[in-house]
Amino acid sequence: MSNSIADVIGQSQHRNVLSRLANQQTFWVFLAAVLACLALTLLTDTFATERNMFNVSRNFAFVAIIALGMTAVIASGGIDLSVGSTVALSAMTVAVLMTSGLPIWVGIPAALFVAALVGAVNGVLIAYAGMPPFVVTLGMLSVARSLAMVLSNNRMIYEFGPDHSMLLWLGGGATFGLPNPLIVLAFLAAFTGFLFKWTRWGQHLFAIGGNEEAAKLTGIPVRQLKVSVYVFSALMAGITGVLEVGWLGGVTTNLGQAMELSVIAAAVIGGANLAGGVGTAFGAVVGALLIEVIRNSLILLGISTFWQGAFVGAFIVIAVAFDRFRNARSAD
Amino acid sequence: MSALRLVNISKNFGAIHALSGVTLEIEPGEVVGLMGDNGAGKSTLVKVIAGNFAPSEGEIFISDEKVEFHRPIDAQRAGIEVVYQDLAICNNLSAASNVFLGREMTKQFGPFRIIDYAGMRAKSAQLFERLKSETRPRDLVWRMSGGQRQAVAIARTLLSDARIVLMDEPTAAISVRQVAEVLKLIRYLSDHGIAVVLISHRMPDVFEVADKIAVLRRGRLVASKRAADSSPEEITGLITGAIEAA
Repeated sequence: MSNSIADVIGQSQHRNVLSRLANQQTFWVFLAAVLACLALTLLTDTFATERNMFNVSRNFAFVAIIALGMTAVIASGGIDLSVGSTVALSAMTVAVLMTSGLPIWVGIPAALFVAALVGAVNGVLIAYAGMPPFVVTLGMLSVARSLAMVLSNNRMIYEFGPDHSMLLWLGGGATFGLPNPLIVLAFLAAFTGFLFKWTRWGQHLFAIGGNEEAAKLTGIPVRQLKVSVYVFSALMAGITGVLEVGWLGGVTTNLGQAMELSVIAAAVIGGANLAGGVGTAFGAVVGALLIEVIRNSLILLGISTFWQGAFVGAFIVIAVAFDRFRNARSAD
Repeated sequence: MSALRLVNISKNFGAIHALSGVTLEIEPGEVVGLMGDNGAGKSTLVKVIAGNFAPSEGEIFISDEKVEFHRPIDAQRAGIEVVYQDLAICNNLSAASNVFLGREMTKQFGPFRIIDYAGMRAKSAQLFERLKSETRPRDLVWRMSGGQRQAVAIARTLLSDARIVLMDEPTAAISVRQVAEVLKLIRYLSDHGIAVVLISHRMPDVFEVADKIAVLRRGRLVASKRAADSSPEEITGLITGAIEAA
């Protein structure tokens, strides 16, 4: 038996690329998104216009950036319901500071710092006090939005002091014909993918999601790592908050309301497993893309937007059902 | 020289005496079957050796040197590795990643230190080959058989220069064929001078592989004798208390 070991090992390493791809939920979701885009290009003369593309890519970038952070949290076996409120708090922080005349290089770092603080509080309560992530971040969902209201006295802010135009350019402008949020997304997605796959941080994150007890026993600093994951997620929400202010040109405390649901949907459609241990950065982006294409296509095809929820919801269930089916088959 | 010597180890949890006055010596390469009924103190003893609990009284010597463990990592540095009952394995990771869990190999990549997957795969393939196990480094663990999972957990102990391996019920929930595979792995460790403490309820497994059998009853060591000089009947008697001590 022992002389065949090398042969057996050899066999498994030469599965072809296509069969590996076909085994990925992300691949099928990506295919669905591409097919939807193709169909829309043929069926409508409005989809493939530069203007619509610009809008689609910018809209989906916001959800996708946060979905990167959410995927990290979900892969570690947790959940972060507070991202939508963190978007609002970060946006309001940058808005309030800049409207009072402070420059952009004070406003943005301050907003990101506040967001990181939100994540740190979440993380410490979850990792050190041992409270369930769902409860802690549900509480934070309420607290962070309330703080945004207190900070701004719940008024709308649309004047951002001396660096007004710079902030608007950052979120609403374009570089080389690409919307800035999309460029930020591309950079962050590559960065997150790198972290997941090639760093010990990423490896440990997935280990915790797979078997937290095992991670503890093998000496992985589980608590510190969990705090860092929630800080990461909150930072992604914070970055999105800053970009969204620039895009909208004004901010109210309603910003990012119920956004956590789209973000979780994007992560799950992209292959993140709510039981922990599974998820990819690319999947998060593709999941967000599919949701935005569905949304956009309903509008362009003249279907009532009331149907949006039904379509997105159906896709969540289909994506997960597909994954179940695939696992059941490969377990035979 | 002994690999591990416990002198008069006691452990109290409040008024409960989980272990009282346990003295035990294990030689390099020796396989000791640690037996006893539920609550006899087996797990507590293992946790004391592994550095999870500090003993209330008594001393631990490794290679005749007195040691004190405050955390599991202290024990690990002293050459003690534990194969946990549930194997402490992450199903979503590959076999190689599991072997290196918590001590991943890294290499320099520009300004970053990145994980050296190729190195980890090569090294774990080597370990599996040494263990004569048909385990593929790239495969995800959740598809593996019980025996292969054991090989992953045992390969982990070979990464460092382990001198003592503690195994908690490694054969409790696996098939007959896989039990044989695990016992083979235990013999491999023993042949390479590594002392093995095997906790098990399964009398046939213990008799097949152990040089010495130690029996705990209500926190006391009631027997520590060569397996060849004993019998399953005697050990059963010692475990239940039908035989006072041997």
